[in-house]
Amino acid sequence: MIEIIEQYWKAYLWTDGFHWTGLAMTTWLLTLSIAFGFVLSVPLAVARVSQNRLVSGAVWLYTYVFRGTPLFVQLLFVYTGLYSLQVVRDTEVLNAFFREGFYCTVLTFTLNTCAYTTEIFAGAIRATPYGEIEAARAFGMSRLTMLRRVVLPSALRRALPAYSNEVILMLHATSVAFAATVPDLLKIARDVNAATYNTTLAFGTAGLLYLCLSFLLIWLFRMAENRWLAYLAPRKH
Amino acid sequence: MFLQGYGPLILEGTTVTVELAISSLLLAFLIGLAGAGAKLSSNRVLRGIAGLYTTLIRGVPDLVLMLLIFYSLQTQLNNLTESLSLEQIDIDPMLAGAITLGFIYGAYFTETFRGAYLSVPRGQLEAAYAFGMSRWRTFRRILFPQMMRFALPGISNNWQVMLKATALVSIIGLIDLVKSAQDAGKASSDLFYFISVCGVIYLLLTTLSNFVLRWLERRYSMGVREGEL
Repeated sequence: MIEIIEQYWKAYLWTDGFHWTGLAMTTWLLTLSIAFGFVLSVPLAVARVSQNRLVSGAVWLYTYVFRGTPLFVQLLFVYTGLYSLQVVRDTEVLNAFFREGFYCTVLTFTLNTCAYTTEIFAGAIRATPYGEIEAARAFGMSRLTMLRRVVLPSALRRALPAYSNEVILMLHATSVAFAATVPDLLKIARDVNAATYNTTLAFGTAGLLYLCLSFLLIWLFRMAENRWLAYLAPRKH
Repeated sequence: MFLQGYGPLILEGTTVTVELAISSLLLAFLIGLAGAGAKLSSNRVLRGIAGLYTTLIRGVPDLVLMLLIFYSLQTQLNNLTESLSLEQIDIDPMLAGAITLGFIYGAYFTETFRGAYLSVPRGQLEAAYAFGMSRWRTFRRILFPQMMRFALPGISNNWQVMLKATALVSIIGLIDLVKSAQDAGKASSDLFYFISVCGVIYLLLTTLSNFVLRWLERRYSMGVREGEL
């Protein structure tokens, strides 16, 4: 057992000597998909609550499809499905992009988390007290100014608890990345399992590392809530 | 030809997925009820075990747990049969998949039911005991029907997540919808088409269960008036 840990601890944590692997790879995947997903989801959430049926319907369709199918199937679709098309192989840019498992994974994860995040943010925007919007209008703010100064700051704060849930679920979802041959934490665990037949140790170690990362994220979000949601906390006397 | 002749294969895979999802739902449901009972019991040991169970399971990805439980289940059974010098018993993959998924999602159901238990007014239970109802009868007639109303939104959510999580069982060797779609795609070298079909079937399944769950929600909130503006 000691030998196995001695031999593989580096691969579990950050590198197998050639590439980033294990925990570092998982964290990197999570960071990229969460960051891209956040940037895309804010305008999409605004579009989702738009009065224009066409705009909000289009965003609804996007989130419906991505929330209604498993992430694993989406990844297979992007990584193996799209690449099996002749058009994709013949176009140089697309060919270079979809050949790389890592790019496919980040693209799929981003689209998936963005769909969930859009719905979370849209719900928070809808729950904005009407008085705040009225007050902003009375101040003569334009729509953009109102969004930037009144609606979004309060809606994003109120969405924080649900958003933290989504980030934790996304961390757990990154474990399917091995299907696109990305050397993330679970891929290392599977390799160790295949090489040593010590199932409990191989997957147990990965599980423990995922658990630590989950707790770290929960702690970070609790700090963020203490900072940005302090005004909504129950009053202490 | 229907799905280029791979229709029966896909249909079989869909059946496996649905069967697996339903049987693990039943198991998770029972574990959730028991777990919620344990979490709210006055026994500290039970509370501790249930707390550890929900924290550990919900903190680790389901795929990791699935591989861990699935492989170690067979290994432990082999050790057991070996020590008793019996013949090796191979666990049926379907059964193992259902046990694994049920055990994992039982933790999520525990939390859902715990919240729902607490939402039923105490007076209702006290009145039932005052009527001389036994604990089991109180649960069946008073607690459960009222609890379901509060639990259903959580149950719907868990069910949708679980239905999608069944896509992962192809990794532990079950010929489910994903696996059969992949096989058909590889054999006909039209992966794009068959994985799209697979996605559409999942979409249909989630849409259908959405309707059923919404109907159930209406049914269990019969007689409840919501605040109207």
